[in-house]
Amino acid sequence: MELTFETIIFYALAIFISVFSVMTVCTRHIVRSATYLLFVLFGTAGIYFLLGYTFLGSVQIMVYAGGIVVLYVFSILLTSGDGDRAEKLKRSKLIAGLGATIGGAAIVLFITLTHKFTTITDPEPIETNIKTIGHALLGSDKYGYVLPFEAVSILLLACIVGGLLIARKR
Amino acid sequence: MEYYLIVSAIMFFAGIYGFFTRRNTLAILISIELILNATDINFAVFNRFLFPTGLEGHFFALFSIAISAAETAVAIAIMINIYRNIRNIQVKNLNEMKW
Repeated sequence: MELTFETIIFYALAIFISVFSVMTVCTRHIVRSATYLLFVLFGTAGIYFLLGYTFLGSVQIMVYAGGIVVLYVFSILLTSGDGDRAEKLKRSKLIAGLGATIGGAAIVLFITLTHKFTTITDPEPIETNIKTIGHALLGSDKYGYVLPFEAVSILLLACIVGGLLIARKR
Repeated sequence: MEYYLIVSAIMFFAGIYGFFTRRNTLAILISIELILNATDINFAVFNRFLFPTGLEGHFFALFSIAISAAETAVAIAIMINIYRNIRNIQVKNLNEMKW
């Protein structure tokens, strides 16, 4: 793997994402955890930009970083009481969780690294045209996605109604 | 390509670890977000490196983002309701489903 510009960018993003995703689950304060989650989501958007999916990256930034993390921070500040620090677990449970995690990660990494993917050797990241995305998203032919699009819209409507119904004052 | 998959595997198992070891429901939800995000990276990477002419993984990642946003909204509504009832959102205090 020669050292091109994209390779350097990818390594920087990879280290950034790995460090912050581990720090997200290891920190004690939950507000810091949400902040590190925001950094992880920005790194993921950077990976999408690096792959050439500019639309997906901007959706990631707008929906996740603009919507979900703000929602998290609001709800953390609403519900933070005396118990907002993570309490000490029992050592046996901690070891069990860590063992399951490391075992699963070892299996997944082993399978990933030993499997031969029939990959295209050097795909240049072509930016997908926004017109192509729009025609595919709202097309009703064989490769059209209008049915899941409408299903997601109904799901979002149900989610709005359900959220209001659950969180309303009685 | 394998390097992208290694990154998403690290993110995924960080989420799994947080899901197992945290005792705050919001922290568990943050771990679920990490897991979903790792699967989104996998969709985009498989689409780019194995089928670069198609757009299937791209749309799967897009719909996955929308569904995780809906899931987060409903889950946070539930947690605010729980906090309003028992003034706490730790898992060990949630021992009944009806008030």
